[in-house]
Amino acid sequence: MKFGVIIFPGSNCDFDAYQMIRSVIKKEVEFLWHQDEDLRGSDCVILPGGFSYGDYLRTGAIARFAPIMKKVYQFAREGGLVIGICNGFQILLETGLLPGAMLRNTSLRFVCKYVYIRAEETDTPYSNVCQKYQVLKIPVAHTDGNYYISEKGLAKLKDNNQIIFRYCNPQGNIDAAFNPNGALYNIAGICNLKGNVLGMMPHPERCGEKILGSEDGRYVFESIVNYLKGRED
Amino acid sequence: MSKKEKTNRTVVYVRLKEGVLDPQGTTIKRALDDMGYKGIEEIRSGKFFEISFTTENKKEASRLIHEISDKLLANPVIEDFKVEFMK
Repeated sequence: MKFGVIIFPGSNCDFDAYQMIRSVIKKEVEFLWHQDEDLRGSDCVILPGGFSYGDYLRTGAIARFAPIMKKVYQFAREGGLVIGICNGFQILLETGLLPGAMLRNTSLRFVCKYVYIRAEETDTPYSNVCQKYQVLKIPVAHTDGNYYISEKGLAKLKDNNQIIFRYCNPQGNIDAAFNPNGALYNIAGICNLKGNVLGMMPHPERCGEKILGSEDGRYVFESIVNYLKGRED
Repeated sequence: MSKKEKTNRTVVYVRLKEGVLDPQGTTIKRALDDMGYKGIEEIRSGKFFEISFTTENKKEASRLIHEISDKLLANPVIEDFKVEFMK
């Protein structure tokens, strides 16, 4: 079981993701370079947070055309696990692997703090060790996290159980006051129709050890490990 | 440049679609309200790109600039674009 973490120019959560995989959940992990066209046998590819290509044009708009993204696209279409965190989520939206787009936060501010999200679905590669509606405490850090999709698109996401995480209060109630960016329907994370591609704005790779204030990020990665184990058996 | 090729000078305007919330425009409007300007009804923000390029004819130029705008300059999920050819 092997993880690959892509480094784009401007990625800055690449080492956090690497640390999470290697030291916290103790699995094999390798960095993947944006100019390469090889996923080096990864079973799960991580698109990390950061400011790829300086967020020029739109967040994720340039990274989408990096040579490695051709392979990621193909890998995802074949059912491979791809998780995009924060800027990684923005890249997946631009690539079209996930539906919708990001708008500027309604506050227009860079929001950097711990938030609460609720696991809406637990039958996914990314949330299968969570209880239904379990509340996770995970930090966000972004300016463009205001998820947008057409009304029709939102209805599709709901019908197909593609909304995986929603912002909530500490008790797990969906509450606009606990939505950090104005995202439609308090959406914090969604997956594609097949369920193998996940995008989320909060940073689970930043909270896998007690010293960091929360260990809840582990749930996401332990779910991936659990899913891949099941597939190996 | 071969004899046949001509330089096209274009401007591509990109803006959020009707109905898509524009937090920047809303905030700028609020600032103008606070500054005491009356009658400002709405502000929609956007951006533009000046692009010069060569093609053999106008038809090819139009096709190319629309393709570039659709593929990269605008995100069709939230944005519209408009192309203008300069003299």
